Amino acid sequence: MSADGMTGAKGEPADTAISVILPSVLQPLAGGQSILTAPAEAAVTVGSLLDAVTGDYPALSRRLRDETGAVRRYVNIYVNGNEIRRLQGLATTVAPGQELLIIQSVAGG
Amino acid sequence: MGVMATAESYVLAIGTKKGLWIATSPDRKDWSVSGPHFLMSEIPSIGIDTRAGRTRILVGVRSEHWGPTVFHSDDLGASWNEPENGAITFPDGTDAALERIWQIHPDADSRPGVVWAGCEPISVWKSTDGGEHFELNRGLWDHPHRSEWGAGYGGAAAHSIVVDPTGDKVHVAMSTGGVYRSLDGGTSWEPRNKGISAYFMPDPNPEFGQCVHKIAADAAVGGRLYAQNHHGVYRSDDDAESWESIADGLPADFGFVMLTHPRRAGTAWVIPLKADGERIPPDGKLAVHRTDDAGASWKRLDDGLPDPEYNAVLRDAACVDEAEPAGVYFGTRGGSVYASADEGEHFSEVASHLPDVLCVRAAAVSAAQVPPLPRRHD
Repeated sequence: MSADGMTGAKGEPADTAISVILPSVLQPLAGGQSILTAPAEAAVTVGSLLDAVTGDYPALSRRLRDETGAVRRYVNIYVNGNEIRRLQGLATTVAPGQELLIIQSVAGG
Repeated sequence: MGVMATAESYVLAIGTKKGLWIATSPDRKDWSVSGPHFLMSEIPSIGIDTRAGRTRILVGVRSEHWGPTVFHSDDLGASWNEPENGAITFPDGTDAALERIWQIHPDADSRPGVVWAGCEPISVWKSTDGGEHFELNRGLWDHPHRSEWGAGYGGAAAHSIVVDPTGDKVHVAMSTGGVYRSLDGGTSWEPRNKGISAYFMPDPNPEFGQCVHKIAADAAVGGRLYAQNHHGVYRSDDDAESWESIADGLPADFGFVMLTHPRRAGTAWVIPLKADGERIPPDGKLAVHRTDDAGASWKRLDDGLPDPEYNAVLRDAACVDEAEPAGVYFGTRGGSVYASADEGEHFSEVASHLPDVLCVRAAAVSAAQVPPLPRRHD
């Protein structure tokens, strides 16, 4: 899997691709795109999907994960409506046709 | 740094818990304030680098959501740049992640392009390209004491970096490890805390582990340093080989700030707080205290400051500029910022009701470096 083929197309992902939906605050770090799409013929892990879609956007990558690769504490990533910390974290698999949703926590003052 | 006799404008960058404000003034009395930049991110560190014929403002930015990074601006905040791969990132193999940038310190005029950074987790970094990319100082990171350095309430930070302008001597202070010194440009480090009390430890005079809040060098006396400790104000005359108390004459020996004059021997400023357990100005009366004789005596300076004022001033929420006479600046956790154009004799308010002020840095710059000044938007 690679970042090649990212289309930025909106709407339902094709069943040979996986889409990552970005919150508006991060979109400037992805060239203004709200959705990053990576081609996928089979299920992949969230970690490898993030590697693929952020490969061309290192500043975006740093917003989501620190240098050790860990997802930042107040970054929440959903697969089919389930937050990955309640699944298998970055090892959670995501299938072609599914979407990954990134939302920051709402907390603090 | 710039020559102040030709300065025609002053820049004051104000880092807060929720963003950055930039103030400019032709005379250090009337200020125009622009901002916020980086709204909702904290700005714990600022460096203003006036070398190389430009004014570069470097800021440590930390979002609770998106983590820490470094931005820089060469046009007084009109535009900002973030190095694509990050200015400060822990290398593979360290199994560490950057938490916060506590200090961005341009080196001496003799080493243009060199910028130091102090970070959390406790680490020191050095850039040779004006702050666009920093390398981890492995000597300190691999120091056998590192696992025993604690974390102060605010975090485990290397918060002070003092670099000798002519040699390879570097002093670093950290919470809570104390003062460390390198004589070889940062290759090797040794603790230098003799005489600084660590009353909160079983051995109150350990080799390291002191909670030093800030150190500063006397610009005109080689080997002389000052330290504001977690209770205790100290001076060293032998490059930190030993320290002695200079707290007599102050209303309290607690506080975070330690500033020194850019040129004049024996002149330093502190902003006392009542005590560890009562972190307010003594009796609710905010005052800066200045010594002109290396700590033998202190002068209370409060003209223009509010009474009462119960907010503390944090370690990097105070600075001096290099003008003649030197300007003194500080901000409170209540979001007020004050400036003095005469070394603290008189203060005026630059801004009020900002978020908690974490960091201020000021510089005098020539007119050629200053784009059209941003105006106050009120």
